[in-house]
Amino acid sequence: MPPTTRSDISLRVNGETHVLTVDNRTTLLDALRENLGLTGTKKGCDHGQCGACTVLADGRRAVSCLQLAVAAEGSDITTIEGIADGEDLHPVQEAFLELDGYQCGYCTPGQICSAVAVIKEHAAGWPSAATADVRPDAEPVPLDAAEIRERMSGNLCRCGAYTAIVRAVARASDETKVTA
Amino acid sequence: MKEFAYSRATGVEEAVSLLAGGSEARFLGGGTNLVDLMKSGVEAPDLLVDVRGLPLGGVEVTADGGLVIGATTTNSDLAVHPEVRRRFPALSQAVLAGASGQLRNVATVGGNLLQRTRCGYFADTSRPCNKRVPGSGCPAIEGEHHNHAILGWSDHCVATNPSDMGVALAAFDAVVSYETVDGPGELPLAEFYPAVGDTPHVETALPAGALITAVTLPAAPVAARSRYRKVRERASYAFATGSLAAALDVRDGVVHEVRIAFGAVASRPWRARAAELSLTGAPATAESFAAAADAELAAAKPLAHNGYKIPLLRNLVVSVLTELAEEAAR
Repeated sequence: MPPTTRSDISLRVNGETHVLTVDNRTTLLDALRENLGLTGTKKGCDHGQCGACTVLADGRRAVSCLQLAVAAEGSDITTIEGIADGEDLHPVQEAFLELDGYQCGYCTPGQICSAVAVIKEHAAGWPSAATADVRPDAEPVPLDAAEIRERMSGNLCRCGAYTAIVRAVARASDETKVTA
Repeated sequence: MKEFAYSRATGVEEAVSLLAGGSEARFLGGGTNLVDLMKSGVEAPDLLVDVRGLPLGGVEVTADGGLVIGATTTNSDLAVHPEVRRRFPALSQAVLAGASGQLRNVATVGGNLLQRTRCGYFADTSRPCNKRVPGSGCPAIEGEHHNHAILGWSDHCVATNPSDMGVALAAFDAVVSYETVDGPGELPLAEFYPAVGDTPHVETALPAGALITAVTLPAAPVAARSRYRKVRERASYAFATGSLAAALDVRDGVVHEVRIAFGAVASRPWRARAAELSLTGAPATAESFAAAADAELAAAKPLAHNGYKIPLLRNLVVSVLTELAEEAAR
């Protein structure tokens, strides 16, 4: 018997487990949108270059277009639909709304998922390519505009709403610290 | 995309034996390069053996102060590891300079060593490419090659290795460990990528079906003062047009030890041994640094549209080594 090119998998998305059968070629992005109807995650370039499809996998941001659904089994996936706490928007969502961190909105779900992770990565002491001294005993760097621009560089916005996006991420980062 | 079977390996032995059974089988790590190439038809495996769950992740400090980096360690976990940042800061900087946060969280160290060139002709299945279809020709030599090789290329291929991480690993004498159905083996990074010659499709010296299990960095006190600098066509999230990993130990104004490697100039990370030889024992001055760069770049053969890389690399050498020397003097 030739090896099967389809797989029965269970995907854990936004706290719910979904059992489905997928062609092994199915990306996590397509499984989310086409099989599970979670269309908040957007398909932009489909080649890992634009960040529109960014989701959180076990709390870490990842592009869902280059992840195979079959390989995502066992990960805890959070999409834009799972970022808010019920009706209470996440501080990043609030900040994007208040500071107009978008124009057309197509890249926004990816921007927001990415920003949620950026704030966590920075709080955990992760350096970036904008960090002058990466040595572990160096002074921690603030999440300033240069750091935000570098850390968010995997999320493209063809409307060019970057100025407001940077402000929104900075605002959300400050508010997260206050409430933490 | 061609249909393929998928198997999740639970152990290293199982992984290499699964791959040995498939004619067009590939290991799947983070998939950030492989899945992309499958979408464009450059890669068409009939079986993916998923190795990301194997117990090969993590960074350990060796007894002598070197590092063993597991092959499935993600780029992010490598770059942010305190011992990497303390002992080999240029390696952390190199990894952070590559791709985006979303990709670094998924991409693996083993996969990084095996990533394919970003030459546009290689990625376009409607065009000839000696790497993709041996003997079909190389349109880049007469075509779009402003970001192609200036060192070590041949008439068969002028593509570059796109890795940032590999440049730092080359500077620090990394050794690649692998497993095969016939047992384990090792390759120094200097021997890992063969010369292009007339076989540009042979990209590594790994035996067929080998699974990279770890990368070892021998202890290198000089690396504690090291830096990676990358020049690219936009401020972030782009492949290099030229990059440099360097480490410098200056004693009484004289270069005691130096490590230099170039990125985006050849089919492999380019260890600049002629530059290192020129500089060792020389005064730590901008003049010596420039002379060292010239010693290495004397072998460069630029194509019609990439001669800019020679002054670019020269300037990188002078500026980064000058900064490292000034830091040492403080």
